[in-house]
Amino acid sequence: MNFSNIIEEIEKVDPEVYEKLNGRRSAMKNFLNFSGKVTAAALPVAIGSMFNKAYAGSPTSTITDVLNFALTLEYIEWEFYKQVVASGIIPSAAAIGALTTIRDHEAEHVALLTSVITSLGATPVYFTAASFDYTAKGLFPTVFTDYGVLLAVAQTFEDTGVRAYKGQAGNLISSNEILRAALQIHSVEARHAAHVREMRRRYGALVPPGVLLQPWITLNQSGIATPAVDASYAGEELTNQAGVNVVGINGFAITAEDASEAFDEPLTKEQVVSIVTPFFA
Amino acid sequence: MPHDQSKASALIQTPVEAPMPRRKFLTYAGLSAGAMLFAASCKKESSQDPSLTSDIRSLGGGKDGGKAVVSLGSGDIGILNYAYALEQLEAAFYIRALQTPYAGISDKEMEYLSDVRDHEIAHREWFKNVLGDNRIGGVIVNFSSINFDSRESVLGTAKALEDVGVSAYNGAGELLQSATYLLFAGKIVSVEARHAAALRDMLNYGSFADNTAVDMNGLDLVRTPAEVLAIASGFISTKIISKDLPTS
Repeated sequence: MNFSNIIEEIEKVDPEVYEKLNGRRSAMKNFLNFSGKVTAAALPVAIGSMFNKAYAGSPTSTITDVLNFALTLEYIEWEFYKQVVASGIIPSAAAIGALTTIRDHEAEHVALLTSVITSLGATPVYFTAASFDYTAKGLFPTVFTDYGVLLAVAQTFEDTGVRAYKGQAGNLISSNEILRAALQIHSVEARHAAHVREMRRRYGALVPPGVLLQPWITLNQSGIATPAVDASYAGEELTNQAGVNVVGINGFAITAEDASEAFDEPLTKEQVVSIVTPFFA
Repeated sequence: MPHDQSKASALIQTPVEAPMPRRKFLTYAGLSAGAMLFAASCKKESSQDPSLTSDIRSLGGGKDGGKAVVSLGSGDIGILNYAYALEQLEAAFYIRALQTPYAGISDKEMEYLSDVRDHEIAHREWFKNVLGDNRIGGVIVNFSSINFDSRESVLGTAKALEDVGVSAYNGAGELLQSATYLLFAGKIVSVEARHAAALRDMLNYGSFADNTAVDMNGLDLVRTPAEVLAIASGFISTKIISKDLPTS
């Protein structure tokens, strides 16, 4: 990742980045040309100081803490899907295609978050495959040898990721550009979740009897035949939103199942950390 | 949740649809008690039928009757009204689509579309209640460009509406001042994204997050209210005034 790429990445997140940084886009372009001659090691400091100025008044440490938290989750997913795609147990070309698409999105999220955190003058977290244990300390010993388990873990990661981003949105409200990017990642994770749930519905394994797995979350049902993932779905059964009971709302035939499906629920950082801790080596 | 079709009549509200062929309207009117509510949606074409006039008058004239013009307002209320208008459109679309499902609709397609309809109705009614007296009136939808007998037309429109909805919420988050409302927008947008993915997969399995939805940075669609309303105007006859919405 070189300096120009970082600014380009940020510009995608914040089209006004040049204006914020130096008042004039052309001036920044000049700076970029100049900076091409500066050593790479010096650049994060330079960028960071510019951003501190540009976002003066925003609680930058709060924002970078959230972004590093998000980056951690993205690393968990990215390293997971790298091993998923390489596992040799994916039964169809369609499934390989979908899991590759998801893997690549997670890689893009890692790259984007890393560049933004660096640009804000903070140090992005960094993980490798060796950082993680996808058996979750033996909870899912066949995660890369049993396709049903593999998909169940994937679904849990995606649904948890959606809830994690949702829980952090309020902490990003002071930065329009970063909030926007976080929301754009959030809904991509939801698309992933919906598709993995569809894959599981079609494959059928580990879906508890009597449960109809759908792209959306019904009550607090995981749709996975193990209580090990229940924490990722706890609280999703909520049917009262902002003091409004959605069940039977205004006389419409909205059931508790419908009402819970219509609203996804957040998780706190602490809840998410508790859920993913077993996946660290 | 899977649904039986008997539920549909209880879900019909006033998806105020202007151009409805009279023959179809009469078919609906004969279907169920709920269909009389739907009569309000057929105001223009049924107004010469004396047997329906009183129902139309009573249902069409209230706060939530179809309006020629609505103003979204300013601040967070304006953004919530913006979302409310979009949810009205989405709910009306699915209600209409499932009143006479396209030929050959599968059980699974019926199950998914029914669920999506119910989610959109829940969203619409939730916004209505949260906004209370600050809510805009009913928007008049115009589905004349949609062939409801065609699977491709219905699912293609549904996919487009869901993708637009995702982009709208993604663009609206930063316009909200209240972290509480931001959270609720977040609770809804991920459900819209699940819908979008499901509909994309129904049309073309595996297209849930392809490069028409997700860019090279792994980011989903995002649009400003002006961009969204320009697209939505293809399905909404009501003039939606958005000039007082926040811009940052």
